[in-house]
Amino acid sequence: MAEQIDYSSLKKGGFMRQKQKGYFSLRLAVVGGNLTAENIKTIAEVAEKYGHGYVHMTSRQGVEIPFINFNDIEEVRAKLAEGGVRPGVCGPRVRTVTACQGSEICPSGCIDSYGLAKEFDERYFGRELPHKFKFGVTGCMNNCLKSEENDLGVKGGYVIEYKPDACISCGVCIKACREGALSLVDGKVVLDASKCNNCGRCVKSCPTDAWDHEPGYIVSFGGLFGNQIYKGEQIVPIIKDKETLFRVADAAIDFFDRNANPGERFRKTIQRVGEEEFRRAIQKAYEG
Amino acid sequence: MAEIAFDEEVDITDKVCPLTFVKAKVAIDELDEGQIIAIRMNDGEPVQNVPRSIKDEGHQILKLADNEDGTYTLFVKKVGD
Repeated sequence: MAEQIDYSSLKKGGFMRQKQKGYFSLRLAVVGGNLTAENIKTIAEVAEKYGHGYVHMTSRQGVEIPFINFNDIEEVRAKLAEGGVRPGVCGPRVRTVTACQGSEICPSGCIDSYGLAKEFDERYFGRELPHKFKFGVTGCMNNCLKSEENDLGVKGGYVIEYKPDACISCGVCIKACREGALSLVDGKVVLDASKCNNCGRCVKSCPTDAWDHEPGYIVSFGGLFGNQIYKGEQIVPIIKDKETLFRVADAAIDFFDRNANPGERFRKTIQRVGEEEFRRAIQKAYEG
Repeated sequence: MAEIAFDEEVDITDKVCPLTFVKAKVAIDELDEGQIIAIRMNDGEPVQNVPRSIKDEGHQILKLADNEDGTYTLFVKKVGD
């Protein structure tokens, strides 16, 4: 191996340097934790032929194939491409977009998390930034995908409206609500909107569909779950349309790109530049 | 609202999730279409989740009555066979 190894370019292409000299753990591109059967077969073949016959599942729904020799990199890339498998990324750029299965599969889901993750992936994956940037999408308040751990997290919810004419006053929604936002007054349900957290449990439990509901996106910014831990914060109300969602996401990532020092995480940039300035930028995007 | 007339009853207060729903489902399975069952359940997790699971099975929920002893009774009409 006489030639110089360009580690940062390999890292960008998903090759993570191992302790073992000349070997890399190859990170693959996975969106929302889904892989096709063909992808998996290809990965298995590569792991057997070029690796040590196993894969590592990462903490963020990714797959890595450890023990890829430097000399096999081009061959491995080509072999993976044949099976529709792309290398992932590491380093200062937009990372794997994580997602739960969402409303297409899960009875609890309020939004199509996987569909949205694919859209985020197409729009942002691999974008060069001052430091890593993570997106995560979870379909409902159960938060299986830990929205607030991400630099930008999206959580699905419902914006609800009561339809008294369809209500049989059975009382099920009042018990299903965990926020104590509903009560039965004179045989009809009364909603205390200040307590509603948009979880949609009233909608899901209602036997007569007496709740009108629109899916919405609850966005949190600046989550960190590494050396330091911060919970991402929601700073604008639940967003009802994708256009606004992407405008807000663009504003957040542009703010980071414009203001961050190299190697500085989003939360730190927000703190250094000022919460107020960041809030203003997001509010402006929210209002369009 | 007056007490709802029912054909069968089942008490699931002796079970914890997910057996609460399983016991209720088995009891509903034994009904004929259109019959009504009174299901007695505990406050908390059972009353939050069991009604929704029964709805998802396609049965018709009529009423949730507070027994004021830490239990609730859910009245369900069987739909389909």
